Amino acid sequence: MDAQKFDYLLRQGDNALILSQQLSQLCGKGPALEEDMALTNVALDLLGQTRMWLSYAGELEGQGRDEDQLAYLRDVRAFRNCLLVEQPNGDYAQVMVRQFLFDTWHYFLMRGLLSSSDRRIAEIAEKSLKEVTYHLRRSGDLVVRLGDGTELSHAKMQAAVDELWTWSGELFVYDETDQAMVAQGVAPAAEPLHAAFLQHVAEVFEEATLRMPAAGAYMQRGGKQGRHGERLGYLLAEMQFLQRAYPGVAW
Amino acid sequence: MVPAVDTPTVTPEQVWAWLADVPDPEIPVVSVVDLGIVREVQVDGAGACVVTITPTYSGCPAMEVIAEDIEQALHARGVQQVRIATRLSPAWTTDWMSAAGRAALTGYGIAPPVQQVIDISGLAKDRSATFSRHAIQAPQVDCPHCGSARTRLTSQFGSTPCKALYQCLDCREPFDYFKCH
Repeated sequence: MDAQKFDYLLRQGDNALILSQQLSQLCGKGPALEEDMALTNVALDLLGQTRMWLSYAGELEGQGRDEDQLAYLRDVRAFRNCLLVEQPNGDYAQVMVRQFLFDTWHYFLMRGLLSSSDRRIAEIAEKSLKEVTYHLRRSGDLVVRLGDGTELSHAKMQAAVDELWTWSGELFVYDETDQAMVAQGVAPAAEPLHAAFLQHVAEVFEEATLRMPAAGAYMQRGGKQGRHGERLGYLLAEMQFLQRAYPGVAW
Repeated sequence: MVPAVDTPTVTPEQVWAWLADVPDPEIPVVSVVDLGIVREVQVDGAGACVVTITPTYSGCPAMEVIAEDIEQALHARGVQQVRIATRLSPAWTTDWMSAAGRAALTGYGIAPPVQQVIDISGLAKDRSATFSRHAIQAPQVDCPHCGSARTRLTSQFGSTPCKALYQCLDCREPFDYFKCH
């Protein structure tokens, strides 16, 4: 088994899974009906993408674990999601800034993965990219509307940007796993991905009248290696409860 | 005792025709063939049938129901061995929707997709455009009820992943729009 590729697939699947779970928690609590539907639809897309990544991870591992076992029976240290997606829902500005930063990275990564040397990864990226494009258009649209909105919405959006920015750097810090994937032609290199991310974020922030955080700001890291904040454990406790309490239960 | 019967020999053409009668579980006026979900039908010498389908949206819960419906429909026609295979690439697009399917959607009150596939290069639109570069540009959709072109987007997402919500400014009716994808 290619342990590094397995790890890389878990990272993709776990990012989508944890963000999907976070957005699902907002079901029925959206600030408007349209937003509620949007959040849950995006959550559904991400859950579908999770299944594709984790199914492949399970097959590659070859130990009989399927997507459900990987999602519901791993403990927090075995999760490989980035720290950004486990940040709390907070207010709506935080929800949308988190989504926009994630969507921007996700969009450019999926584009890069279209030419992956691993055909299955390229296919999953091709399928995901259409959905991710729609997500990014929506979150970019809302960042502009709320950033360049009222004094209050602007202040909340700027606070969210300043709060969440420190969790965005990890996506572009490549460790041995990422570097091995780049060397194999599986994943795109970090530098062009980072440049595309920064350029798009800067353009949207400019239109949204939001201040871009200074270059070289301190960035948190560790999620990709399984070092998570306390909150992820609580999130998993809720998400995994049924399978933990009633192992093997099915509809 | 149930007498043994020979498996009737089916042709892919027959299977395609049968599948044209399998409705989409969410939008029953269109078939899974109209939607472009069925990509390939293969029948081997022993009469076993492999139907290849492709998901519309990766999280669409209807896909499992569709796979079951196809299996049941073919069993009901006497095809004993049916296998459903899933194919991701090329990714499903609303461009594969048949003309009959599009007409059926309109008749059902859902505006069919208007553009060709969503433009994934759209994020790099011309800066000189007068509209906001990052604001959503809603496609112009005709009202499926009265035909008016004066409609507006009310929600980018609707009752299922594949739809958005619009309202007609003339007849005032809200309606679903099947997003291009």
